[in-house]
Amino acid sequence: MSVEFVNPEFEVIRNDNRCIACRVCERQCANEVHLFDPDRGIILSDESKCVNCQRCVSLCPTRALKIVKNECRLRENANWSDSTIKEIYKQANSGGVLLSSMGNPNPLPVYWDKILINASQVTNPSIDPLREPMETKVFLGKKPDKITRNEDGSLNCELLTQLELSMPVMFSAMSYGSISYNAHASLARASKELGIFYNTGEGGLHEDFYCYGENTIVQVASGRFGVYEDYLEAGAAVEIKMGQGAKPGIGGHLPGAKIVGDVSRTRMIPEGSDAISPAPHHDIYSIEDLRQLVFSLKEATEYKKPIIVKVAAVHNIAAIASGIARSGADIIAIDGFRGGTGAAPTRIRDNVGIPIELALASVDQRLRDEGIRNNVSLVVGGSIRSASDVVKAIALGADACYIATAAVLALGCHLCRTCQTGKCNWGIATQRPELVKRLNPDMGAERLVNLMTAWQHEIKELMGGMGINSIESLRGNRLMLRGIGLTEKELEILGISHAGE
Amino acid sequence: MKRVYVNEEWCLGCHLCEYNCAFANSGEIDMSKALKGKPVFPRVKIDGDEHINFAVSCRHCDDPICVKSCISGALSVNNGVIQIDHNKCVKCLTCILVCPYGAVSEGEHGIVQKCELCVENSCGEPACVKGCPNRAIVYEER
Ligand code: SF4
Ligand code: SF4
Ligand code: SF4
Repeated sequence: MSVEFVNPEFEVIRNDNRCIACRVCERQCANEVHLFDPDRGIILSDESKCVNCQRCVSLCPTRALKIVKNECRLRENANWSDSTIKEIYKQANSGGVLLSSMGNPNPLPVYWDKILINASQVTNPSIDPLREPMETKVFLGKKPDKITRNEDGSLNCELLTQLELSMPVMFSAMSYGSISYNAHASLARASKELGIFYNTGEGGLHEDFYCYGENTIVQVASGRFGVYEDYLEAGAAVEIKMGQGAKPGIGGHLPGAKIVGDVSRTRMIPEGSDAISPAPHHDIYSIEDLRQLVFSLKEATEYKKPIIVKVAAVHNIAAIASGIARSGADIIAIDGFRGGTGAAPTRIRDNVGIPIELALASVDQRLRDEGIRNNVSLVVGGSIRSASDVVKAIALGADACYIATAAVLALGCHLCRTCQTGKCNWGIATQRPELVKRLNPDMGAERLVNLMTAWQHEIKELMGGMGINSIESLRGNRLMLRGIGLTEKELEILGISHAGE
Repeated sequence: MKRVYVNEEWCLGCHLCEYNCAFANSGEIDMSKALKGKPVFPRVKIDGDEHINFAVSCRHCDDPICVKSCISGALSVNNGVIQIDHNKCVKCLTCILVCPYGAVSEGEHGIVQKCELCVENSCGEPACVKGCPNRAIVYEER
């Protein structure tokens, strides 16, 4: 019916002078946009199905393809934008909640871009990382309150259980189910090679990846999928997932259609049954309840593994973090509102939660004010896009960063934001074997290692410029930061001065 | 000796290797000019079904049966690479018949062709391997 027609978002432009009708685009598009017409020997396209993942563009051997924004727009209206109106049409058609994936794409402020980093000039020397040693190693976990001595008077050098990272970045939670086996294999291998950690997400740990346990953080979420003794035993740390930046306050739902074969075995639920993660943990309604789970997990792992509590950045984050820091948890992970997801209701993704920069600054300050900052390490995520974002986060008070979107981009993701369809043409957010195959973990792991190595070099250069040779001396060093174009209130929350001050 | 090996687990059946091969051996500098609107005659071919695909090209056997059976001496081994001299080929197609891999084929105008590891063209390294998006074919020493 014509009233149901929603004008496609993209247009597929094929340069007929170049196209050799090799049909690569047709074979590679899981959305079935391209179709070979044998009678005319040409390729046709149905742009209504295109999600602009650019798989075809990347593989076309003659560079004949271009995906562009459909110029056929509705009449301009600053209040009723084209996308707002189309969302209304879609809901009028379907009656359903709108779903989307990856992070919030709306033009809300990115505070990282309004923060500038210092450098040494004249009065203090900068350091050349190519000539002098630079330390990017960090330890995550509760730090001792005071120096203690052994009976013979020597210093007690025993640390409480810590995670040792070669650089202050880890791959954050993405479950097996939401991403593919080969994506997990790439993350696991790269973490091992880099000396950092990746995170199972809430889908359990595939039996093939137990061998990467030393570099794995195993997650316990509200659905408790795949959680059992060996799983907890396998990881280097256990993360209790209370919330996620892309969808604070709601749970998750992996449809039964995706619970097949290994995914079902790994999650420990029957094939074809929906994997529903409740919005809250039904045994956690208070910090005291959280403390019980933290200590249950510590008991179960014989106090050998740090416990992480992951929360979404929401309005009262400082008070919440203060509670978590007193719950016995060793690490708090905070996920900002720009964090990605494999599927979330659009309204929640785009309107719930707060920016990670503000959350981090206020949590770090609150924990310091209360004298409990050393009780926990702080890990932040939710769209850390580059080495300079990492440096800014550390200077604002984080111990390390979690990255996921940047990691999947390295694996080939083109941010088409349609992970929820399960037809990821890059073999990442899919379980279809013919698509999963497209991500060769040899290449995936190599690209992740490349990315992290590049960031590590950049972190060292930025630190060297400030005359700092150890990441530990940068942590919480807000004097190294200045704001640009920020209000008094924003500067106050970030705890930094304005540029020029 | 370096040879082209197949990692069928990673083959997507995209057929790019076939087009890269045909282009590399066309002598043209533009792929569209070389291949547009014409039948293509690649020396590597994708075989398989909906579950598995793999690229088939000459294995450059240590003891090549095609060379032994060539009645005109058109096929020879040069530094381990099995090459064909088109001037000597009499189009008897015996080599096509005997190759156990089906790696020799009839090219344009019925001329016999086979993979020569891109040593005879300007590519410098096997074009199929260079263009494979998923490392499903590799050129290495084993
Ligand atoms: S991949 Fe490029 S050259 Fe091949 S059919 Fe598609 S548009 Fe044409
Ligand atoms: S969905 Fe992706 S592969 Fe398919 S036509 Fe669009 S950009 Fe190309
Ligand atoms: S993971 Fe795949 S489906 Fe999701 S945004 Fe990236 S390319 Fe698109």
